[in-house]
Amino acid sequence: MEETRNMTVREDREKKEKKEKKEKLTALLLCLFLGESGAHKFYQERWGMAVLYLLTFGLFGVGVFIDFWGLLYEAGGQKIGDIISNTLIYIALAVLGTLWVLPIVYLLYTAFRVQPSTGIIYQLFPSDLKLGFDNFVTLFKETQFFRWLMNTFLVAICSCALTTMFILMVSYAFSRMRFKLRKPLMNVLLVLGMFPGFMSMIAVYFILKAMGLTNSLFALILVYSGGAGLSYYICKGFFDTLPRSLEEAAILDGASQWTIFWRVTIPLAKPIIVYTVLTSFISPWCDFIFVNTIINDANKYTVALGLYRLINAENSSFSENFTVFCAGATIVGAIISALFLSMQKYYVEGVSSGAVK
Amino acid sequence: MDISTKTVPKTAKGEGGFFTRMWRKVKDFVLSVVHGSAATKISCLFMGVGQMMRGQYGKGIIYFLLEVLFVLYMALFGGPYIWHLGDLGTTLGGQEWNDATQAYEYTKGDNSFLILLYGVVSLIVLLLFVAVWFMNVSGNIKNDKLRNIAAKAAPQLFLDTKTKLVQGACSMKLSSRAIAMQGGRVRVYLSGNCEGASVEIDGERVPISELREGDRFGSLQTLIFKGMGQDKKKGTYAEFLRDENIYTKEPPVHCLYLYSENGDLNGAEYLRECGKVSTFKEDCAQLINRKFYALLLALPMLGLLVFTVMPLIFMILIAFTNYDFSHTPPGQLFDWVGMANFSKIFSIGSGGLDFLLVFLRVLVWTFIWAFFATFTNYFFGMILALMINKKGIKLKMFWRTLFVLAIAVPQFVTLLLMNKILDADGILNVILGTKILWLGDSSHWAIIPRITIIVVNMWIGIPYTILMCSGILMNIPAEMYEAAKLDGANPMQMFINIVLPYMLHVTTPYLITQFVGNINNFNVIWLLSGGGPVDNINYGAGAKAQATDLLVTWLYRLTTDVNPQYNLASVIGIIIFVISAALSLITFNRSKATKNEEDYQ
Repeated sequence: MEETRNMTVREDREKKEKKEKKEKLTALLLCLFLGESGAHKFYQERWGMAVLYLLTFGLFGVGVFIDFWGLLYEAGGQKIGDIISNTLIYIALAVLGTLWVLPIVYLLYTAFRVQPSTGIIYQLFPSDLKLGFDNFVTLFKETQFFRWLMNTFLVAICSCALTTMFILMVSYAFSRMRFKLRKPLMNVLLVLGMFPGFMSMIAVYFILKAMGLTNSLFALILVYSGGAGLSYYICKGFFDTLPRSLEEAAILDGASQWTIFWRVTIPLAKPIIVYTVLTSFISPWCDFIFVNTIINDANKYTVALGLYRLINAENSSFSENFTVFCAGATIVGAIISALFLSMQKYYVEGVSSGAVK
Repeated sequence: MDISTKTVPKTAKGEGGFFTRMWRKVKDFVLSVVHGSAATKISCLFMGVGQMMRGQYGKGIIYFLLEVLFVLYMALFGGPYIWHLGDLGTTLGGQEWNDATQAYEYTKGDNSFLILLYGVVSLIVLLLFVAVWFMNVSGNIKNDKLRNIAAKAAPQLFLDTKTKLVQGACSMKLSSRAIAMQGGRVRVYLSGNCEGASVEIDGERVPISELREGDRFGSLQTLIFKGMGQDKKKGTYAEFLRDENIYTKEPPVHCLYLYSENGDLNGAEYLRECGKVSTFKEDCAQLINRKFYALLLALPMLGLLVFTVMPLIFMILIAFTNYDFSHTPPGQLFDWVGMANFSKIFSIGSGGLDFLLVFLRVLVWTFIWAFFATFTNYFFGMILALMINKKGIKLKMFWRTLFVLAIAVPQFVTLLLMNKILDADGILNVILGTKILWLGDSSHWAIIPRITIIVVNMWIGIPYTILMCSGILMNIPAEMYEAAKLDGANPMQMFINIVLPYMLHVTTPYLITQFVGNINNFNVIWLLSGGGPVDNINYGAGAKAQATDLLVTWLYRLTTDVNPQYNLASVIGIIIFVISAALSLITFNRSKATKNEEDYQ
């Protein structure tokens, strides 16, 4: 008697499990093919959600996506779920990765393409396709690219040294020292940083003019590093996390704040210094709005402005210079990428420590 | 480290509202000058002379030179500009027929722009000078006070009884007479746990915990330094010790200081300055020590003043003038117009709602853009980061580098490249065999360019999110996952219930900064679509905004147009600023990091 009852219970359970699994599978398929209409929610008899899905295209696809993943694991179990989801992830990563790399590949491809005689560059694989270094030759021979490159190097190195120094100094003062105007000053700097920089560009131009500095690289360095104090936030956040006990020990040993700054804090702040150096080194390579206002002597261009002018100047036709632009962009891109990829670790550290605060 | 001992009593100085305190300070200042010494009074007129009279030659000469420079600057350059700030110039340049010489005479007219610019510069110089003047006079006042004290306490020597009171419920007997005989001061250090300790002064026994600054025992007054914690007025206790040249291996928990003078300075100041006027060398030494912040901040602040603050004030003032294409110096003058530009944008009074409608359109688009740009990047970036970091996925480094390459190529390159790829004859249309104007289709509220821009922005922004998220995801406590797994949660539920809340919690400030950054995202819009396509409705109003213009690009367009309208651009700049400043101030002041600055230490 007892046994048969147990048997039936077990059978019942098995049946139920089978049924559930079947239901899950059906829901999964419904979700996969008709998810946007909320079909799987209707099937699971969750009417409210179903109607909501129906009206919002499955909460704009995100809801369906989430449901699909969940159902996948529920219907197939951990192992099968993992296999399928990993496969899907590989496919997604491959597709997206290609999408991300394609423009860069196109850039490289165009850079090495020889200017077609017809003047049309838009065909992807024209019949008279030739590859070669012609564009790079043109770049260095006919434009002042080498000059621009050197200018940018000079500006980048000087302004990155100044900027880093400024940021470290301001951050240390705000993080480690206590003085009357500290809080108000911090808030004022925060607010100042909110103004769109180029709103004041014309005024900056005239101030520089009054100082007799327009059309010089020195002016660029000053402009790039003059506002550095505003971006103390990430660095200060980092300094805040350094243990104070080291400092106090140094104080008791008779060290001055000066010594502590150079001997205790700076050596500990290596990651954030690398981050600051990296970002401030890169920014002159990318900015062209300020250069555009301050400098109008082609000898003093930085690469960004030079390349921008190459394809946006009024007297140059775009298709003539596009391949040359791509060649220049490749060189700049190569420099920055090399730098960036080698310092990626520090960059991540900086970005995430800045984001969490 | 225990920093919770914040039992330092408030002194009377710190009480009252802001204005009460300011009033009290001003009153004190004026009275001190009036009752001050001759040196102080002379210093009000001739800076630095007072210091020189007291032997502070280095300081005095610097102050004096500053004053000379200031007077020269104002007389030769700045003064007239400040004078003309009110009218921004009155004489128009041009040529005039002169009967006497029978020739045209060219006159150099006023340049409103330069008057405003140099006027602002000179005003700031003036403000700086006032600040220096205050420093100069209050330095003299301080010297006065020191002299008074020195006179009262002289010819006293600094003799301290360094008495150690160690641990536990022990007590110390002191008598005011004995103290007076020892030079009037006694310092008691209490190290370790001194909760039960007490001091007996003239037979009156007081537990340490009940002592307050300023308590009196006969002729004695107390000053207490509690703990190593922070005290805004006195600096850290460690600093105090250093100033006093006392280095103890084991930092005391409490320091009780008793002194018998009735000086009008509090004990801390008294101790620090001990009746002597500081020498130039000492002042300089302070700059690398207690006043190191001044040295650190000087250069960066100067940079900010010249390249950020002055231009900003200038541009804000422009918003209240009629500086536009028909009032462009040199040759033309512009003038103050009050709030006219604001009422033009908000269409108060002037005919039609044209400008307001354009403004609202741009504003709404700016917010829509900022919202989508921020959240698409955030969520898709997070999902990608999760995919790459998922257990069992191989070649993590390779996948990450694929995406990170997009960051490594400078933004202006990728944006210009994208602009060309999406051109009407661009490579994308060639591949697809279509003729879609990805960035130029103005039909249906320019919906295609708008979506294109947001998608391209994803291409640019998602790699940043991947980098950031990879860092944070590793910090999620593993126990949380384990617990969820035991509860039978599937990976998706884990994502929704653990990862997402954690990420949102941790990165809220980041999201808001991103949002503000996107409101001001000039590069993406300007290099990609240039703000276009041109929208006929907008152009009619003379507002010149185009379909995908954000407030910032609109501002830029207004200033770089053939017919620039700097005044309106400034108004827009102020509006952008108000929006972003409000958003960020709220976030930063609410964020944990600011509230508990010292929690991490």
